[in-house]
Amino acid sequence: MNARLRNNLWGYFFIGPFIIGFLAFTIVPMLASLYFSFTSYGLFDSPKWIGFENYIKMFTEDPRYLQSLKVTFIYVLGGVPLRLAFALLVAMLLNAGSRAVGWYRTLYYLPSLIGGSVAVAIMWRNIFGDDGIVNLALNSVGLDAIRWFGEPTAALWMLIFLSIWQFGSSMLIFLAGLKSIPSSFYEAASVDGANFFQKFFRITLPMLSPVLLFNIIMQTISAFMTFVPAFIISKGTGGPLDGTLLYSLYLFKQGFEYFNMGYASAMAWVMLLIVAILTGIIFWTSKYWVHYESEGK
Amino acid sequence: MTKKRPQYYLYHILVGGFAVLLLYPVIWLFVSSFKESGDIFVTAGSLIPNPFTLLNYAQGWEGFGGYGFGTFIKNTVVFVIWMLLGHLISCSLIAFGFARLKFVGRGFWFMIMLITLMLPYEVVMIPQYIIFSELGWLNSLKPLVVPAFFGHPFFIFLLVQFIRTIPRELDEAATIDGANTFQIFYKVILPLVVPALATTAIFTFYWTWDNLLGPVLYLNSPEKYTVSMALNMFLSNETVSNWGAMFAMSIVTLVPVFVIFFIFQRYVVEGISTTGLKG
Repeated sequence: MNARLRNNLWGYFFIGPFIIGFLAFTIVPMLASLYFSFTSYGLFDSPKWIGFENYIKMFTEDPRYLQSLKVTFIYVLGGVPLRLAFALLVAMLLNAGSRAVGWYRTLYYLPSLIGGSVAVAIMWRNIFGDDGIVNLALNSVGLDAIRWFGEPTAALWMLIFLSIWQFGSSMLIFLAGLKSIPSSFYEAASVDGANFFQKFFRITLPMLSPVLLFNIIMQTISAFMTFVPAFIISKGTGGPLDGTLLYSLYLFKQGFEYFNMGYASAMAWVMLLIVAILTGIIFWTSKYWVHYESEGK
Repeated sequence: MTKKRPQYYLYHILVGGFAVLLLYPVIWLFVSSFKESGDIFVTAGSLIPNPFTLLNYAQGWEGFGGYGFGTFIKNTVVFVIWMLLGHLISCSLIAFGFARLKFVGRGFWFMIMLITLMLPYEVVMIPQYIIFSELGWLNSLKPLVVPAFFGHPFFIFLLVQFIRTIPRELDEAATIDGANTFQIFYKVILPLVVPALATTAIFTFYWTWDNLLGPVLYLNSPEKYTVSMALNMFLSNETVSNWGAMFAMSIVTLVPVFVIFFIFQRYVVEGISTTGLKG
C-alpha cells in the first residue's frame, strides 16, 4: 500500500463519522424536506405533489405567515443591533476598569449562561406579569404599568428585551477583541490630541470589525431561529394576537400541531433562503466596513 | 498605593449597580421561591419572604403524573451522559482528521462542515422526525443522542483550532518512534486537547440540559421527560396558585448550571472568546 493511499484511508477513517452523519442527518433530510415542500403532506396520508402551491399560499393566502415573518424581522432587526451595541458598550466599560473586572465579567455573563433555559423564560413571563416587578418599577418612577400580555407589540418587545438581556457572550468576545488592540495605538492618538469619539471610530471600531462581522452573522442566524422564549412565554400560542409568533414557532405549529408537514417544509426552505440572503448581504456590506490588519499597510 | 480617586468609586457604583439591576430578576425568582404562592405577587416588591417557606420545594419535587421531579432530573442526566459520550468521542476523532491528516477532499469536507454550522435545524426537522418515527425511535432518547455520535460542527471547529496550536514536531517524533496514525491521535494529541474537550463537555452539558425542542418533539410520556419538559408541563398546568412550586423547580434546574459554571469558569470564558461559541 503506498503512502498516499494510506493517508487517504486514515483521513477518511477519522472524519468518517462526520460524513456518515452529514449524509444521514443532513443531506437526506434536506432533500426529503425539499421534496415535501412541493407536496401536500399530512400525518396520515402520503405526500401528494402540488408544485409551488405551498410557496404561493404562504405569501398570498396566509396572513398568519406574513405576521410571523413581520414579528420575526422586528425581533431580529430590533434585538440583534441593540444586543451587540449593549455588549460593546459594556465590554468597553469593563476594558477600561482595573482588577475587579474579572468579577463583573462573570456577573454580566450569567444571563447569557442561563438565558436559553425554560426556567428563565418562566421567570421572564412572571416579571412582566400585570403585577410583576417590571410594572412595579415603571409605577415607582411615575410611569403607567403596561399590559405586556395584552398588547402584541409590548409582548414582542418583552421577547426582544430577553434577547438583549443575554448580551454576555457577545460581550466576552468583544472583550477578547478589545484586549488584542495594542495600547500604543491609543497612546499615539492621545499624543495627536484625538478625543474619545475619534479614538472609538478610528481605532476601536475598525480594529474590532472582523469580530463584529462574525458576531452579527452568528447572532442574526440564531435570532432568526429563536424558539424557546416565544414557545414558553406565550405558552405555545404565539399570542397575544400572534404578536410573538416567531417564524420557528409558527413552523413548529404548522408541522406538529396542524400536521401540515408539506407546508412546514416549504416554510423551512424559505427560512433557509432568507438566512442565506441575510448572511450574503452582511458579507457583501462587510467589504465597506470590515478592516483586516494585513490590508492598508 | 495612592489614594483612590472619586472616579474609582463612581466606576464601581455604576458597573456594580448595573450588574445588580441585571441580575435582579434571578434574585427575585430565587427569593420568591421561598414565599407562599399566594404572596408572590402581593409582595412582589419585597425581597424578604415573610413567612419563609420550603413548601414550594416539597410540592414541586412531587412532580406530576405520578413521577417525581427526581425522575426528570435522572432522565436529563442520562441524556447528558449520552450526549457527552457522543460529542467527546466523535468530535475529537473528526477534529484530529481535519487538523492533522492530509487527504483528498479535506478542504471540501471542512467547508461543508462550516456550512452545516449555519444551517437552520428547521430544514431537517420534519424529515428527521419521519425517519426516526419509521425506525420506531419515537418516545425514546435515540433520535436525540444518536446524531451526537456523528459530530457537532461547533465542537469540531473548536477542537480543530485547538489542535492546530499543538507543534507538529510532537507527531513527527512519535512517528520516528514507530507510532501509527491512531497512536499519534490517542497518545500524543488526545492528552493535549483536554482543555478543549473540557469546553466541549461543558457546552454539551448546557445545551443538553436546556434543550426543549428535541424533547418536545420526541418524548411524550411523562416518565421520560427531561427537566425542561417538566417545567414546560408545570407551565401548561399553571393554575392561579401554584407559581411557588414552578419557581422552586426553576431554581432547582438552574443550580447545576451555576455550579458547573463556577467550577469550570475558565474553560467557558476561553471557549467563547476563542471561537465565538454562543453560551
